[in-house]
Amino acid sequence: MFSWFGKVSFVPYSKVADFAVHLKDGRLMGSVCKKCGYQTFPPRADCPECMSPDFSFKEYSGRGEIYTFTRTTAAPVGFEDIAPYTIIVVELEGGGRLVAWQGESLTEEDVRIGTKVQVVPRMWEKGEEIKVYYTVEKPGTTWHKAPAPHLG
Amino acid sequence: MARVGIIGAGHGKFGRRSDATVQELAFEAFRMAMEDAGIERGMLDASVIAAVPEYHKQRSVAGVVQEYLNLNPLPTWLTEVACASGSAALRTAWMAIQSGLHDVVAVIGCQKMTEMETAEILALMGRVGEVQWESVFGTTFPGYYAMFAQRHMHEFGTTHEQMLAVGVKNHHYGALNPNALFQKEITLAKALESEPVSSPFCVYDCCANADGAACLILACEEKAKSITDKVVWLDGVGCATASMSVLRRPDLVGLPSAQEAARRAYQMAGVTPRDIKVAEVHDCFTVAEIMAYEDLGFCKKGEGGHYIADRRSYIGGEVAVNVDGGLKSKGHPIGATGVSMAYEIVKQLRGECGKRQVPNAGVGLTHNVGGIGQYTFVHVFKRD
Ligand SMILES: [Zn+2]
Repeated sequence: MFSWFGKVSFVPYSKVADFAVHLKDGRLMGSVCKKCGYQTFPPRADCPECMSPDFSFKEYSGRGEIYTFTRTTAAPVGFEDIAPYTIIVVELEGGGRLVAWQGESLTEEDVRIGTKVQVVPRMWEKGEEIKVYYTVEKPGTTWHKAPAPHLG
Repeated sequence: MARVGIIGAGHGKFGRRSDATVQELAFEAFRMAMEDAGIERGMLDASVIAAVPEYHKQRSVAGVVQEYLNLNPLPTWLTEVACASGSAALRTAWMAIQSGLHDVVAVIGCQKMTEMETAEILALMGRVGEVQWESVFGTTFPGYYAMFAQRHMHEFGTTHEQMLAVGVKNHHYGALNPNALFQKEITLAKALESEPVSSPFCVYDCCANADGAACLILACEEKAKSITDKVVWLDGVGCATASMSVLRRPDLVGLPSAQEAARRAYQMAGVTPRDIKVAEVHDCFTVAEIMAYEDLGFCKKGEGGHYIADRRSYIGGEVAVNVDGGLKSKGHPIGATGVSMAYEIVKQLRGECGKRQVPNAGVGLTHNVGGIGQYTFVHVFKRD
């Protein structure tokens, strides 16, 4: 189901493919090594520290602050229809960073290094196709979450 | 340890070379390098070819180059680490000679980038970053360096004008280089007016794709001395890597791979940054040259913007940087770039650069970055 993640999918498979299912449920997941406790975002199946292949997902709050950003005018294939768009790198509470798009609740003035933000899981459906992603919004922005995670 | 010397250097015209195939480009540079060294093909033991394969219609490009240069049945192999492929070729040639396996090796960097349709290039551009977590949001090559630029401006007060001053300098010198893609000066005002690409970058912050080739002939110390008295020694070969995902880097104001590669190269060559008189650095985007001044120790971290504003990287300053025009003005045929950088340093140390000659250039350096700093090679060159 990893093909759900992002606007254009380059690798539709991964040992952490359930990340996309959790995101569809409204949950942003990193990973924790079951052996040594190494925690990271984005998640990875195989521990870089102790080399254990056993991991579990761990939910992140999505709170964080803007680490850097750029407004892209020259878009690659598959992104021309949304250009220009602003890519934001968010430093997450709990560690790790992610790349996401500027959401509608943020103004151009809000997009500054250090601004406190909320990463919000998003989904769009075009017929059969499911696409999940996240946007960067004002703190306090809420979204729908499925009652309980249905996957480990 | 015995030394490895460069005994011959050749360089073709960079640009939109719709007149030539990749092997024909390679031939131009190879012929010049062999003439420069004054040796026949029978003296060669092997070749190393640098190219980034996904740009070529011809698969396994080393094969077609080796045949066209009439080097069969000598051994050859391809090196690929994105935009640093050329320096990887030099490094492996150095290793092959130091191991004793080969005595004289030709290093050929060659690339056709205009063979592809614009759409194909834009699709490739969308896969520069880490494709699982980042490219799915439409990240781009200029976009990544632009995000470094934002951090550099935030942490140190570096300005976009300082960044564009790098482009102004490199075009100033590129205008004197007959092999350069753009042989014309630009002004800061004109640069500031250019089309936006990825904030803060506009067109004049970015280098241009090009076709081209460069070639060097390397030899073991004994053979080098017996062949020529104009040897340039490759005395420091530093190489280091950093995470594919730039999000996993400790900061976005420098390249840790460049800092580590520089440390190793200086140590190996027994020099310090203050010994370097001429340098070729990887200015794929303007901020990359500013970070290079800092990562190479020419100035402290954060002072790179002032370094260019105060013209300390011009001829007559502290270290003359990219006086062949750099990637910005010379063009960036990715597989050829690392070899082209080394070519310029060889010619500078031999005092053969005419109007753009750096006075008293005895020690030179190349800084060649693959991707967004996933790989960096720093090489130190000396003339006895
Ligand atoms: Zn572990």
